[in-house]
Amino acid sequence: MSSETSQQTKPAAAENGAKGGILGGGAQQKLLAFASLIVLVIVFSWMTDKFFRVDNILSILQATSVNGVLAIGVTLIIITGGIDLSIGTMMTFCAVITGVVLTWLGAPLILGVATAIATGAVCGLISGTLVARAKIPPFIATLGMMLILKGLSLIVTGTKPIYFNDTPGYTDISTGSLVGKIIPAFPLPNGVLVLFLVAAVVAWILGRTVLGRYTFALGSNEEAVRLSGVNTDRWKIAIYALAGGICGIAGLLISSRLNSAQPALGLGYELEAIAAVVIGGTSLSGGRGTVLGTLIGALIMAVLTNGLRVLSVAPEWQTVVTGAIIIVAVYADQLRRRKTA
Amino acid sequence: MTDLIRMEAIEKRFPGVHALKSVSFDLRAGEVHALMGENGAGKSTLMKVLSGVYQPDGGRILVDGAEVSLPNPATAQGLGIGIIHQELALMRDLTVGQNIWIGREPRLSFGRINETKLNADAAEILSRLNLNIDPRTPMSSLSIAGQQMVEIAKALSYRSRVLIMDEPTAALNDAEIEELFRIIAALKADGVGLIYISHKMDEIKRISDRVTVMRDGAWVDTVPASETPISKIISMMVGRELTEEKSAIPDLSAAETALEVRGLWRKRELRDISFSLKKGEILGFAGLMGAGRTELARAIFGAEPCDKGEILVNGRATRIRTPSDAVRAGIGYLSEDRKQFGLALTMDVRANIAMASLSRFASPLGTINEPELGRIAEGYIGQLSIRTPGDAQEVRLLSGGNQQKVVIAKWLLRDCDILIFDEPTRGIDVGAKAEIYRLLNELAATGKAVIVISSELPEVLRLAHRIAVMCEGRLTGILPGTASQEEIMKLATRREGMAA
Repeated sequence: MSSETSQQTKPAAAENGAKGGILGGGAQQKLLAFASLIVLVIVFSWMTDKFFRVDNILSILQATSVNGVLAIGVTLIIITGGIDLSIGTMMTFCAVITGVVLTWLGAPLILGVATAIATGAVCGLISGTLVARAKIPPFIATLGMMLILKGLSLIVTGTKPIYFNDTPGYTDISTGSLVGKIIPAFPLPNGVLVLFLVAAVVAWILGRTVLGRYTFALGSNEEAVRLSGVNTDRWKIAIYALAGGICGIAGLLISSRLNSAQPALGLGYELEAIAAVVIGGTSLSGGRGTVLGTLIGALIMAVLTNGLRVLSVAPEWQTVVTGAIIIVAVYADQLRRRKTA
Repeated sequence: MTDLIRMEAIEKRFPGVHALKSVSFDLRAGEVHALMGENGAGKSTLMKVLSGVYQPDGGRILVDGAEVSLPNPATAQGLGIGIIHQELALMRDLTVGQNIWIGREPRLSFGRINETKLNADAAEILSRLNLNIDPRTPMSSLSIAGQQMVEIAKALSYRSRVLIMDEPTAALNDAEIEELFRIIAALKADGVGLIYISHKMDEIKRISDRVTVMRDGAWVDTVPASETPISKIISMMVGRELTEEKSAIPDLSAAETALEVRGLWRKRELRDISFSLKKGEILGFAGLMGAGRTELARAIFGAEPCDKGEILVNGRATRIRTPSDAVRAGIGYLSEDRKQFGLALTMDVRANIAMASLSRFASPLGTINEPELGRIAEGYIGQLSIRTPGDAQEVRLLSGGNQQKVVIAKWLLRDCDILIFDEPTRGIDVGAKAEIYRLLNELAATGKAVIVISSELPEVLRLAHRIAVMCEGRLTGILPGTASQEEIMKLATRREGMAA
């Protein structure tokens, strides 16, 4: 039965999320998201002249950076067929621990950066171990981690923010501009640079490395991979740890922008990130997904929020529109799939 | 006799494929009409047209002599055309009765379900089939065969006069097949017309009245089953004569032992299994469903733990607790269910071939040497004649036989010395089967030690140099490859207490 239906689609070999260029394949699904992004930009530019200006574009990019980095991290986990609900509070926890190291212990900046990434990686390692070895469903394991990390952030800080006033240059991580020093007319914030860097590295990992190949393979058919003699548990833990490390980077970006680690922050960020992943065309059932798609998804969300604000739409309506966009995006993807399936 | 169904000059095109080329087919009341052909011949497509899943691009369909259109499955069902799919579509957590009447439950007021009537009606249908199943039994407690019988009961509950069965015996053991045939006979006597899709020649010969063969989307011939020899049917299917000969059994007295299993136990599944396997040998494993052959294979491969026992690979005691231990020791396992356990379907041919050997193609930084991998994948595609547009094709788009070859390539690339094939030709068409057999013989000839588990005795007899027979978790005997089917069946049914 399958072979008969299969022959009709044989020439359509191009549609493939697992392989392709450095930014991953799945051309069609990204095209759809990318086209929506362009349409949004055109519509907003047409409705108000305050939208398409360098300073506004830069602020959109800046607003994308934290959510974008988180979304790229969770993309890895979603491709394996898992989910991570703890990334929002994990990001905060990483920022808090960084605050402890830099502000309370007075360590140098570079050590703070390393701490943030290491904290995230360790948290991811724990989530990954719970999922892979203890066989706790990812939704539950990371739901638990989400609450644990939220609580720990509040306990460590005594519910008060930790400021980075004693660490010169900390705010530059996000708001400084290396690009601006070279091209003064286009002061691209460092946070955005970090986002692009993370995107490039993760796209490279997914497209070119063994870890990336197993990320897709786990999402495609974990049991088949295990029966190929691959130590699937270990790879899965590695992927969660990597995603955790990326959360640590997001923690640096957000605390640098706020010049403080805000322990109450974080809840809700995980859903925004997952929304960006989904809008970008990555399948929640695993096996397919791209970094570029996620990047576009995060940009769509930021453009939407910014555009509606520039148009003075009330924030509560912005939320409604974002929700609708998620549903429309996934529905459009379903329609496309039905046609090619 | 009037034709129950008449399909005339049915045309169906999919993008890039002419799936049905002016196919005609008819079915009389009270007959079993077998529909045969290799995978991809168009059988399933034709049946999907008849059951309203696909709309034909040309031709017409007559039911009881009147032309009908079947825009959807419900219309077909309304006209009494029922289909029993290869993959059963039942809800395991509901009862037998609830499954039969799903979507048409007898109602009481306020939307309550009349369970009493539902169960009584279900019991009536089940008794029509002489099935001793209580409608209140949960589906999950039935065997696959039992579930299939319920599927048939469900089709009958629609007052079906036409029943399409797609590979109904694929998952049944011999006793269950007999039960199915008994029901088919009862249905025939009732005037139901049956369309029977199967790859198993002996079944076709036994139960069908007429055989229609399709090839490449076209009708080849319709012949009376009783007067047509199997070899003729096969040659109609593949368009060439096939030799069904057993290859010679090599002399392996001087060969080294590749694998030795000593006293393997697992609670309730495996009891004290010991055997050895030489390099270059094909050891067949015969037995009925549930005899423990797959469980044994999975235990040797470390996919499931065993309680006791020893495994020696090349004479050395080897601890195998996970599949990765087994693979490191040079053992490869090809599951009976390659889609679930053998392949990453959404990934391409190259990635699947490399699945067990990726680390070999990785730089210290973890990057994969794609050009090298591509060359190797292309090499296997040529060597095993895997029919695919290229190594970037997703494996879900390949036919069963070619998917199986991809799995074989995966283990060849891993350079495993011991290969365990669990039902290597399940769901594979006749032409591809012969290729798989040739491949297994070649593997053995190059010194690989091969285990073949198969529920089809002719397959075991054709391939195996020695035949191990299992029954209820025990190894009841090892026979020479020249053994007769009767000798094997005797061991396969030798229950405990009867053993000498």
